[in-house]
Amino acid sequence: MQISRLSILNFKNISEAELGFSPGLNCFVGRNGEGKTNLLDALYYLAFCKSHNNPIDTHNIKHDAEFFMIQAEIHTESATMEVHCAVKRRQKKVFKFNKKEYPRLSEHIGKIPLVLVSPSDEDLIREGSEERRRFMDMVIAQYDAPYMESLVAYNKALQQRNALLKEERLQDESLFDVYEIKMDMEAEFIQKKRQAFLDGFVPVFEQYYHRISGGREAIRLEYTSHLMEGDLQSQLKSCRQRDGYLGYTTRGIHKDELKMELDGYPIKREGSQGQNKSFLIAMKLAQYDFLKQHTGVRPLLLLDDLFDKLDSHRVERIIQLVSGNDFGQIFITDTNKDHLTHLLQKTDGTYRFFHVENGSITQET
Amino acid sequence: MNTSYPSQLLEDAVQEFSKLPGIGKKTALRLVLHLLKQNQEDVHRFGSALIRLKEEVCYCSECHNISDQSLCPICQDQNRNHKQLCVVENIREVMAVENTGQYRGVYHVLGGLISPMDGVGPSQLEIESLVARVREHEADEVILALPATMEGDTTAFYIYRKLAHLSVEITTIARGIAVGDELEYADEITLGRSITHRIVYKGN
Ligand SMILES: [Zn+2]
Repeated sequence: MQISRLSILNFKNISEAELGFSPGLNCFVGRNGEGKTNLLDALYYLAFCKSHNNPIDTHNIKHDAEFFMIQAEIHTESATMEVHCAVKRRQKKVFKFNKKEYPRLSEHIGKIPLVLVSPSDEDLIREGSEERRRFMDMVIAQYDAPYMESLVAYNKALQQRNALLKEERLQDESLFDVYEIKMDMEAEFIQKKRQAFLDGFVPVFEQYYHRISGGREAIRLEYTSHLMEGDLQSQLKSCRQRDGYLGYTTRGIHKDELKMELDGYPIKREGSQGQNKSFLIAMKLAQYDFLKQHTGVRPLLLLDDLFDKLDSHRVERIIQLVSGNDFGQIFITDTNKDHLTHLLQKTDGTYRFFHVENGSITQET
Repeated sequence: MNTSYPSQLLEDAVQEFSKLPGIGKKTALRLVLHLLKQNQEDVHRFGSALIRLKEEVCYCSECHNISDQSLCPICQDQNRNHKQLCVVENIREVMAVENTGQYRGVYHVLGGLISPMDGVGPSQLEIESLVARVREHEADEVILALPATMEGDTTAFYIYRKLAHLSVEITTIARGIAVGDELEYADEITLGRSITHRIVYKGN
C-alpha cells in the first residue's frame, strides 16, 4: 500500500501542504517542534480516524482556523482510492472513501493498515500491564472481529460483578454465578486467542530483535494468565469474599500480563535505553509482519524519532532491514539530514527528502 | 439556562414538565403554553387522567402487568393457556406480543432487567413470584422474551437457573433476520446468530 499524494489544511501547526511521496522511504528532516511528528500524525489520522497523541478532535485544528482537512490518494496493486477527512469545530467529523461518506467510522478502520513506531511506545515497558494488554488487543482485533466482541462482553460482565461486590445488602450468590459463568466463557475464548497470537508473534519478534541488536542477550516475551492456573469460574467463586473487601475483581483475563525479560530479568529494570528501544521496535516490526500476513498488503510504516536513544549500528541495521523487500512505503523523521543520507546511500531503495520548518513542508531536490 | 418567568404558576408548570424523560426546558414551555390555550374542560381531563393514573392504577396479582383490576383481562381470560408463561421486561413487550395476535398463553412482567451497575438486583424484580407461579400452577412452558443485550441475556440465564430444577420447558424467542430484509444488509451478529441457531426447513 502506498500513498502517492497527501494534502493537508490546518492540521495542528501545518497550515497547508501538498506532497507527493516516494514508494520507498520518505524522510522528514527538521528541528524538534517544527511539525515532523504532526505530519506523521496526519497519516495516522487517515488510518485510525483519530490522532495518535491528542484524542480531542478540535485540538488538532490549527489555532486560528475553523476546520482541518486531510486528503490522500492511495494505491494498492489492484486499486486506487481516495480518502478524505475533515473536522470542523462544532460539527461531526466527516470521512469519505472514494468521495462516499461512511455511515460509521468503524467501517474505515483497517482499510489503511499502518504501524507507527514512536517514542510513546516506551509506555509498553514503563507503564502497567494494561498497556501491554492493549497492544495485544489492538493487533488481534485488526484481524479478528469476534475477539473484540468477546472482550466487550467480558468487560461488561466484569463491571457488573464489580458493582455486585460493592453492594451492601445481602449478596445474591446465584447472581454471582451468572456473571462468573459469563466471564469464564468469554475469558476462555479471549485467552486462547491471545495465546495463539503470541505463539505466532514471539518467534518473529525474537528474530527482529536479534537482527536489530546484533547482540547475544537472551530476550523473552512471555504471556501469563490466571486461566493457566485452572478454570476462571472456580477461581472467581473462591475469591468472592476477598474481592468483596477490596471492591474489585482480582482474577481474570483483565489481569493478563505480557512479561518482557532480558537475560532473565524484567527489562524495565535491566535494559539499557538502546536495548529497550530495540525491544520495542522489534515488537512493532513483528506487528507489521502480522498485519501484512492478515491483510495481504504491505502496511505503511511510520518511524518517528527512531534515532533518538539508539546507537548508529542499530539504526543502520534497522534502515537496512526496512528498506528491503519485506517492507513497503516508509515515513521517517530525523533532526539530522547527513546522518540519514549517509545511511540511505548504503541501501538500494528509492527515497525522497522533505524539509520541515515551522509547519511548512517542502520537498528537497 | 437561567430564564426568568413572568409568572410563578408558569414556572412551576414548566418545572414539572421538564422533569419528564426527554423533555427540556424549551419543550416544556411550549407544552405549557399549548395547554394554556386549550379550554378548561380539556385541561381538566388531562390533569385528572394523570392523578387517577397514579392513584388508581394497580398491578395484576398474577402477571404483574399494569391493570385496572387486581387480575388483568389477560389473566382473567379462561380461553388462554395458563400453563404457558411468556416472560417480558415490561408492559411495552406485552403490548408488542399481543399485537402479533400469535400468542395465546399468559405473561409474566419482570418490571426491569438485572443490572447491579444500575442498582437493580433480582430481588427488585418479579423473579421470585415467577418461580412460585411456575411451581404452583405447574406450568408447562416458560418463554423468555427478553432483549438481546448483556442485561437481557444475564436476566434470562439467571431465571433459567432458578427454574432448572422444576419440570418446566424453558424456551427463548428466536432471533434473526427481519422479514423483508435482504441478507446482505443484516448486521454480522444477527446473521451469525441466525446461522448458528438455524432450524430444520419444512417445505410446504
Ligand atoms: Zn395478569
